[in-house]
Amino acid sequence: MNLKKLPKKLVLQGGTIMDPLSGRSRKGNVVIERNKIKSVGSVGGAKGETVIDCSGLVITHGFCDIHVHFREPGREDKETLQTGSRAALAGGFTRVCIMPNTSPPLDSPESIRFVVEKAEECPVHIHPIGAVTKGQKGQELTEVQAIFSEGAVAVSDDGLPITDAQVMRLALEYTSMFDKPVINHAEDECLRNNGVMHEGEISTRLGLAGNPSLAEAIMIQRDLELANMIQTKLHVPHVTSASGAANIRRMKKSNSNITAEVTPHHLFFNDQALLEYNTNFKVAPPIRSEKDRKELIKAVKDGTFDCIATDHAPHTIEEKEATFDLAPFGMIGLESCFGAVNKVLDMPLKELLKLLTVNPRRVMGFEEDLFTTGCAAELTILDPDQEWTFMEQNIYSKSRNTPFVGERLKGKVHFTISKGFIADLE
Amino acid sequence: MQEKHLLGLEHYPAEDIVSIIDTAFSFREVLDRPIKKVPSLQGKTIVNLFFENSTRTRISFELAQKRLSADTVNFSASSSSLKKGESFKDMVQNIEAMKIDAVVMRHPDPGASLHLTTYVDAVVINAGDGTHEHPTQAILDMTSLQERFGEVKGLRIGIIGDIAHSRVARSNIYGLKKLGANVMLCGPTTLIPPHIDSLGVQVTHDLDEVLDWADAVNVLRIQLERMDRGLFPSVREYRNLFGITSERLKKHKKEIVIMHPGPMNRGVEIDSSVADGKEAIILDQVLNGVASRMAILYLLLGGKPENN
Repeated sequence: MNLKKLPKKLVLQGGTIMDPLSGRSRKGNVVIERNKIKSVGSVGGAKGETVIDCSGLVITHGFCDIHVHFREPGREDKETLQTGSRAALAGGFTRVCIMPNTSPPLDSPESIRFVVEKAEECPVHIHPIGAVTKGQKGQELTEVQAIFSEGAVAVSDDGLPITDAQVMRLALEYTSMFDKPVINHAEDECLRNNGVMHEGEISTRLGLAGNPSLAEAIMIQRDLELANMIQTKLHVPHVTSASGAANIRRMKKSNSNITAEVTPHHLFFNDQALLEYNTNFKVAPPIRSEKDRKELIKAVKDGTFDCIATDHAPHTIEEKEATFDLAPFGMIGLESCFGAVNKVLDMPLKELLKLLTVNPRRVMGFEEDLFTTGCAAELTILDPDQEWTFMEQNIYSKSRNTPFVGERLKGKVHFTISKGFIADLE
Repeated sequence: MQEKHLLGLEHYPAEDIVSIIDTAFSFREVLDRPIKKVPSLQGKTIVNLFFENSTRTRISFELAQKRLSADTVNFSASSSSLKKGESFKDMVQNIEAMKIDAVVMRHPDPGASLHLTTYVDAVVINAGDGTHEHPTQAILDMTSLQERFGEVKGLRIGIIGDIAHSRVARSNIYGLKKLGANVMLCGPTTLIPPHIDSLGVQVTHDLDEVLDWADAVNVLRIQLERMDRGLFPSVREYRNLFGITSERLKKHKKEIVIMHPGPMNRGVEIDSSVADGKEAIILDQVLNGVASRMAILYLLLGGKPENN
């Protein structure tokens, strides 16, 4: 990756400008001056300016991933705000929301301020998500108002489900005063029963403890009912099961406060991938059956899921070299996201781009129109048809834990423009 | 042998299982001699790596190695440097650097023996990996069945007890199916794992059904810790439903061969009168365990199979 400051004036020439907000696309130039959008759609050559030839490429909004782990503070050996930013740029992401399961967790206004200040110097926009409960212990609420006022965009205990339904009710009720979403890792911990993979034929054959789909579907339904009663914003992260998706689809028919996401890895792989105990496939919630995977793809296409989020979760090689039972949950996903979902979903590009741009921005309340004159430039320039093999050299994260290495992908990001920088990925 | 390692029977070629069993019978003859030692593996070095407590499997392997004149070294989790924070990878690579030919490993985590093959070039023999597989136990069970019945093909074998947490059950299912036997599992619903029928076995929760059907039953050890997790309510109830007692066997007017991989909970899953009775081949299994492990070590370390 070649990461440079934007020149005073930059012309992105001759690309297909695809606006995921209006759904319209046209051929033309995008001109950026002093890091802001100067014009969109002019035609013809430009002289004396810095020009990037975008013919054959699509110019669109910068991607937004509302679910990543950048491990700072505490586990800077896995990822930092800076290295995570580079992974984001490599995947076409200009804006990310970081989960609070750091060490210590982001459960106070002071810790939120720490990451907001540190993120200022990073080349992508980084928004913290604060913890809902103190120490992510699922008991007492954090100072939610102060956390929001320091810059958090949502609250979540991340990988730790809020087990106590009364605590979840209070979290939703209290947070409803601030019109921000609560995100709950939806798994019933009792039913999950220390499972390390999807419960099914494969877990039985491998002798690994199974985590049933029902553990997710039941918790999703509990959270949906609570949020519906309170009429507040609930965002359901990384849905994995057909039954979980069905519960969300049903509730969304009558409630517009419910949003949900799906990850590239749950769309791309099924539990057969675990047959050799490859710990890079150990994620929480788990990769499920082929039937679930197909239902997740359907749910993307019928609008059950608002957005794609990677759940980018870096871990060290040493930790992932352990046996399957002992290895930590999670895989990185920013760099391979677009090529993976574009390949596996096989849907019209402008529909897919909504899932990576406008929709996740709407969930978090970010500005949705990035092609307005004067708007700070946040753009992604990509080739949707390019087929390529994802390799280690495409990884910019500090960690390497991804099973996408060696996979054929379709669609590749060529440039990402964000916060006055341009990342050249070719 | 088509495979370098013996990690499990799920993907192991049936003809290699047959070769091992045939060779085990020749080693059985050796074990009946006054001098029970042969020079077959002289100069070979084998490490026994036990990350989980084991008495009989470990002694069985050690004896098999000594009978074959191999040099052996034992490591157990308690005596190893793992407690000092050394990683599994470093430990096994260090051991291999000392020029060894084979590693016999028992480990509490499923998939651990496959994992080991990524770090070492030596032949790996799985002596039990968590709740995944225990292939040498299944081979000795099949050797014992062949000894008793003449052939394994067509036999009806019941496996009774905690199937969900049993590596013995999984390896037996794979091996028995490959050799053409029929398998029926029996245990409480809470200890039968989901989709187990996809492995081509029948499942029942009625002990009399399996006893009525089977030529032989393999009675698994029930671990009393399972009660604490609510998987069955009491020993009394387990015994009423699934205990192999003389009274229960008398209801079935036929001979049923009784097997147990040990260690037994006498009075829980099996009564002493049955374990010590004339239909039990439990001690034959133990002796065949040494012979089978001799055959496995011999064949995987380059020996030629014996065809009966």
